[in-house]
Amino acid sequence: MRKLILGLTAGFAATLAACGEPPQRNTGVYMLIDTSGTYTKEIDQAQQIINVILARLEPNDAFAVARVDTGSFSERDIIAKMHFDDRPSVTNQQKRQFRDSVDTFVRGVSPASHTDITGAMLQATEFLAEKGTGRKVIFIFSDLKEDLPPGYVRNFPLPLDGVHVVAVNVTKLRSDNIDPREYINRISSWQARVEEGGGTWQVINDLDRLDATWDAPA
Amino acid sequence: MSTNEIFAGGLSGTLAMAALGVLALYLARAPIQRLIHSSCLAVGQGLRFASRSIFSVRTRLVARNREVLLAAGREAAARMVEREYERFSDKVRRDLGDYPALHQGLTEQASKLDEDYAASAANPPAPPGWAEAVEAVAAVPAKAEPVLRQVLESIHGSFKKAGEEANRAYRDDCRTRHKHLHDMAPSWRESAKLLDQVKTRVETLNDRAATVDACMKRYEDINADSDQAAMSLQSSALVQFFISGLVLLVATGGAIVNFHLIARPMSEMVGGNTYMGAFRTADIAALVIILVELSMGLFLMECLRITNLFPAISALPDRVRQRLAIVSFTLLLSLACVEAGLAYMRELLLQDELATAAVLRGDQTTDPAFLWITTVAQMGMGFILPFALTFIAIPLETFIHSMRAVLGWVAAGVLLTLSFSLRVLARAFEEAATVINQLYDVVIFAPLWAEQRVKELRGGQIEVVGARKVIKDAETRLKEREAA
Repeated sequence: MRKLILGLTAGFAATLAACGEPPQRNTGVYMLIDTSGTYTKEIDQAQQIINVILARLEPNDAFAVARVDTGSFSERDIIAKMHFDDRPSVTNQQKRQFRDSVDTFVRGVSPASHTDITGAMLQATEFLAEKGTGRKVIFIFSDLKEDLPPGYVRNFPLPLDGVHVVAVNVTKLRSDNIDPREYINRISSWQARVEEGGGTWQVINDLDRLDATWDAPA
Repeated sequence: MSTNEIFAGGLSGTLAMAALGVLALYLARAPIQRLIHSSCLAVGQGLRFASRSIFSVRTRLVARNREVLLAAGREAAARMVEREYERFSDKVRRDLGDYPALHQGLTEQASKLDEDYAASAANPPAPPGWAEAVEAVAAVPAKAEPVLRQVLESIHGSFKKAGEEANRAYRDDCRTRHKHLHDMAPSWRESAKLLDQVKTRVETLNDRAATVDACMKRYEDINADSDQAAMSLQSSALVQFFISGLVLLVATGGAIVNFHLIARPMSEMVGGNTYMGAFRTADIAALVIILVELSMGLFLMECLRITNLFPAISALPDRVRQRLAIVSFTLLLSLACVEAGLAYMRELLLQDELATAAVLRGDQTTDPAFLWITTVAQMGMGFILPFALTFIAIPLETFIHSMRAVLGWVAAGVLLTLSFSLRVLARAFEEAATVINQLYDVVIFAPLWAEQRVKELRGGQIEVVGARKVIKDAETRLKEREAA
C-alpha cells in the first residue's frame, strides 16, 4: 500500500513537472516619442498611435510611454506607465487614466536639444524585461536621427533578444531630400543594430497599417 | 581481351554485359521461375488466409451485433411491457377500483326497481261473495210481496253503495300503482347511466389490453430471435441514431450560444488574459460551468427515471433518489441564476469597452436606446438555456445506445471490405507469378528460341525410352484413333 501511495505521488509529481510553467501570452509595449526639435509638432500623431495601441491592449498587458530627449536612459523620461489589471473592467478604467496622463504631457511638451534614441531603447528593454511579458514591442516615434551630447557613449550592441522594434512615422529630414541615401542608410543601420541585438525590425510610415500589423509582429 | 577491357568498353562492352546477363538468366531460368512462382503463391495464400480470418472475425462480429441488438431490444421491450402492465394495473385500479360500489349501486337500484315493480302490481278486487245471493234474489219473481220488494230495494241500495266504495278503492289502488311506476323512472335512468359507465370503462380496458398484447407480441418476437425482429431493431436503431444525432447537434448549438454568453464576463472572475495550455482560462471556466450544468441535468433526469444511463442511480432507494433529484435541481437553479448574472455583466462590460474605445477615438459616448431589451434577453437566455440543456440527456441516451449498433455495422462493413480487398490482392499475386515468368521469358527470348530450334533439329534423333516412350506411344494411339 505504501509503495502504491509513493508511486502515485511520484507519478503525480512527474506529471506536474512535465506541465511546467505555462508560457506568458501577455504583451508589453514601450513607446518612445521623439521630442527633439521640430518633431514636437508631430506629437498629435503620436497621441493617435498611443490611443490605437491602448485600444488593442488587453488585460494583464503592460504599456509605457517615454520621451526621447538629451539623456533618455532614465526613468524620469517615462511619461506614463501601467500594468493593466487582470479584470477587463479595471483595465478599461486604467486605459482612460493612461490617456489622461498622455494628454497632460502633450499639452505641456517642450522641444529637447538632443536625441538619445539608444539610451531610450535601453530603458525600454529594461522595462520590458522587468515586466516579463510574453511579447515585447518597442514603438519608436522618431526620424531615427540620433544626436548625442558630447561624452555620451552609446556605440555598443543593444540587448534586444525577443523584442520587436517598430519605427513609426519616420519622417524625412531636409538633408534626406538632398541625398536620400542618408535616410536609407539611417534606417538600415538601425535595422542592423536591432537585428544584431536579437530583435526584429519593422518600419510603418502609413499609420493605417498599424492596426493590421498589430496581429502579426514576430 | 581481358575482363576489365570488356567492362570498360563502350557499346560493345554494354552488349557483352547484356549477353552475359541474358545467358545467366537463361541458365538460372528454372530455379528463378520456381522461386517467383513459390513466392507469389506463398504471398497469395497468406493474403487468402488473412482474408478468411478477417471474414471469420466479421461473421463473429455480425453475430455478436445481432446478439447485442436483440438483447437491447429484449430489454427495451421488457421494459415497455412492464410499463404497459403498470399502466394497465393503474387503469384497472382507477376504473374498476370502485366497481364494488358501482355494483352495490346497481343492486340497490335493481332492488328498488323490484320493490317498486312489486308494489305497482295490479291488485284486482276480490270477486264478491254475495254474487250467488244476488242471483238468488234476482230470481225472485217481481210480483212478490211489497215487503219483499222493499227488502230487495234495500239490498239493491246497499249493493250499489258497496259497489261504489269498491270502485273508489280500486281507483286509489291504481293511483298508488301509477305513483310507484312514476317513481321508478329516475332509478331506470340511474341504472342506465351506471351501465354506460361500466361499458366505457370496460372498453378502455379492452383498448389498453390490446396495447399490452401488442407489446407482449413484440417481446415474444424478439425473444424468439426472429430475423424479422432483428431487421426491425436494426432499422429502428439507425433511425434513432440519426434523429438523436440531429437533436444533439441542435443542443450543441445551444451550448455554444450559452458558452459565448458567459465566456466574456467570466474573464472578470478568473482573469482576462491568462491561459491554461493553448486555451484562455475564462473560456475553460465557462466551459466547465456548462459541463457542470449538463451533468446536473443528467443526474436530474436519472433521478426522475426519465433516462437510465447510470444503473447506480436507478438502484438507489426512492427516498435517496428524490433527495438527489432535489439537490441536482437546486444546483441547476443556482447555476442558472449565476448565468443570468453573468449575462447581465456581459452587457455591462460590453458597454464599458465601447465607451472606452469611444473615448480613445475621441468620440462622444451615447447610451443606446432600448439597451434594456438586449440586457433582459441575454439574462433570460442565461437563465433558460441551462434548463433547456437538461433535456439533452434523453437524446444522449438514445444516441449512445444506438451508436453501439451503428458502430458494429460500420466495423462489419470495414472488415468485409478489407476481406474482399485481401482476396482480390491474393488473386492478383497468384496471377502475377505467371505474368512475371512470361516477362522473364521475354527477356531471355533469344536463348529460348535457340533451345527450341535445337530441340526441333534433334527431335527425330533422340531415342525415347522408358516412361516417355509409353506416353509417346499412348499419344500416338490417341491421335490415330481420333483421325479414324
